[in-house]
Amino acid sequence: MDFTLSKEHEMARQLFKDFAEKEVKPLAQEVDETEQFPRVTVDKMAKYGFLGIPVPKEFGGQGCDPLTYAMCVEELSKVCGTTGVIVSAHTSLCCDPIQTYGTPEQKEKYLIPLAKGEKLGAFGLTEPGAGTDAQGQQTKAVLDGDEWILNGSKCFITNGKEADVYVIFAVTGKIEKRGKMLKEISAFIVEKGTPGFTFGTKENKMGIRGSSTYELIFTDCRIPKENLLGQQGKGFNIAMHTLDGGRIGIAAQALGIAEGALETTINYVKERKQFGRSIGAFQNTQFQLADMATKVQAAQLLVYKAAMKKAEYAKNPKISYSVEAAMAKLYAAEVAMEVTTKCVQLHGGYGYIREYDVERMMRDAKITEIYEGTSEVQRMVISSDLLK
Amino acid sequence: MKIIVCIKQVPDTKGGVKFNPDGTLDRGAMLAIMNPDDKAGLEAALRLKDQYGAEVTVLTMGLPKAADVLREAIAMGADKGILVTDRVLGGADTWATSTTIAGAIRNLEYDLIITGRQAIDGDTAQVGPQIAEHLGIPVISYAQAITVDGNKVTVQRQYDDRYHILEAQMPCLITALSELNEPRYMTPGGIFDACAAEITTWGRADLKDVDDSNLGLAGSPTKIAKASDKVRKGAGEKVVPDSPEDAVSYIVGKLQEKHVI
Repeated sequence: MDFTLSKEHEMARQLFKDFAEKEVKPLAQEVDETEQFPRVTVDKMAKYGFLGIPVPKEFGGQGCDPLTYAMCVEELSKVCGTTGVIVSAHTSLCCDPIQTYGTPEQKEKYLIPLAKGEKLGAFGLTEPGAGTDAQGQQTKAVLDGDEWILNGSKCFITNGKEADVYVIFAVTGKIEKRGKMLKEISAFIVEKGTPGFTFGTKENKMGIRGSSTYELIFTDCRIPKENLLGQQGKGFNIAMHTLDGGRIGIAAQALGIAEGALETTINYVKERKQFGRSIGAFQNTQFQLADMATKVQAAQLLVYKAAMKKAEYAKNPKISYSVEAAMAKLYAAEVAMEVTTKCVQLHGGYGYIREYDVERMMRDAKITEIYEGTSEVQRMVISSDLLK
Repeated sequence: MKIIVCIKQVPDTKGGVKFNPDGTLDRGAMLAIMNPDDKAGLEAALRLKDQYGAEVTVLTMGLPKAADVLREAIAMGADKGILVTDRVLGGADTWATSTTIAGAIRNLEYDLIITGRQAIDGDTAQVGPQIAEHLGIPVISYAQAITVDGNKVTVQRQYDDRYHILEAQMPCLITALSELNEPRYMTPGGIFDACAAEITTWGRADLKDVDDSNLGLAGSPTKIAKASDKVRKGAGEKVVPDSPEDAVSYIVGKLQEKHVI
């Protein structure tokens, strides 16, 4: 077992770090304050291929592995959680299912422009009554000749109004499973601008405030029959499998937020003086930093391990990375929350002020314990594997 | 169009500087980056490639680890990389360096050679023009803008208070300023390709029409008498004068005291 990063990964990390420092960090505070979607940054990321990192070159991507992608989200999130989740939702939740389940025509039409960054992607599963319980779906799709007619709404959708291509889940019928009648769920690709597809309210969030989070509304929205993604009735599996990959992205985001807060705090405690010496000279500070650094390192190992397991899956689809992804997300998200909270505490009163980055990082960290499966859902995934 | 860009791996100014006992830089012990002026030269070449279509070859002379900057250049969009490395070439000053690089370039076809104006370690600005001299081609230094029309290049050459517009027939050599442009980033896919790319490695035997007496430390006319790390200056004296007149008379007094005026 070798923990040394390859030359490729070291160079890629340096690239993402330089980009984050020069292009993303200067805008992070403003993006948070004004809730402005960082379109300028997204366009720059598109230009340099950041929106198609794990997508094969034949589909317009960069042809890199999931670890490189995770490192990108990590480095972006170190300075701006908003930018991290934009890339994660686009890549893991929209490019990935189209790459995995799309027909050659769907890949040509949607995956190539998405991976090139010409279009931005989003994913709509959650509904007001269907969060963790995906069976609670109310959105319906009915086949009418050569078209599916969608009716219903989706909420809390990342990249909501800014995306161009959406992977949407809807009920297409009922099936009997072990004597119970269950909803048959299918996945669809919906384009922005389709008549009957509109946007509802924009959410006013605690953190990741620049990441356009919207309600999507479908009213007799007609989409071509060929926009069914994967087989009819396989939507639940597609959603769960997509979220396995998404969790690696969110775990990387959480890891980045924790690392960013820790780095900022290490610099702060060296400069801040109380009782005639830097607060870094006090043993309480030193022990807290040591504990945080250890947890961050453990989170990084879990995230990288999950990413590498996903790379193995690419070669052998029988391999599952579901548990590794759940562990990485569970741990990294909880570490992010703990570390950012402690970092605010070490900053004292200044940590509570908007001007200081740790204040934003603590607000950004919270969502990582909630979206793409709460920490409780991750525990369910992990324990069900232990007890199977 | 075939473009050769000469790049150099230089110590990262964020890291410490280390010297060998003979006063030359201990490059193996320092963090390294692509020299900023050279990176601007590479970006200029890549823009010409984007605009007109060109094959861009990057060339460097240095330790084996200098291949890193070639890979970085390939990840930015260069087509191939050549590393000139050999123990007998070590310790070269600008003369021996330009002799070596010209010897390597004689093996290649080219329309345009671009070098950085100067490297942040030596700061001589001599190697680019010397290469042109060895190869017998025109040189335009301090380029702040470059355009190509057929086999003619038009360059804005920066001066202190103005710029000159010069034209030259290709093949020719241009030295670039870091102000020329904002170099692009690498791409993630470009990095993976660059790491898989084969770097051509040449040694002394591959240099064409070069005499041993002009190579390496022995072939370097420059002799370093002494080298040392920068010594930190003291905090200095802080004076808060009551009025601008008092400030002027204080400064004039100090300058007279030091016999400056």
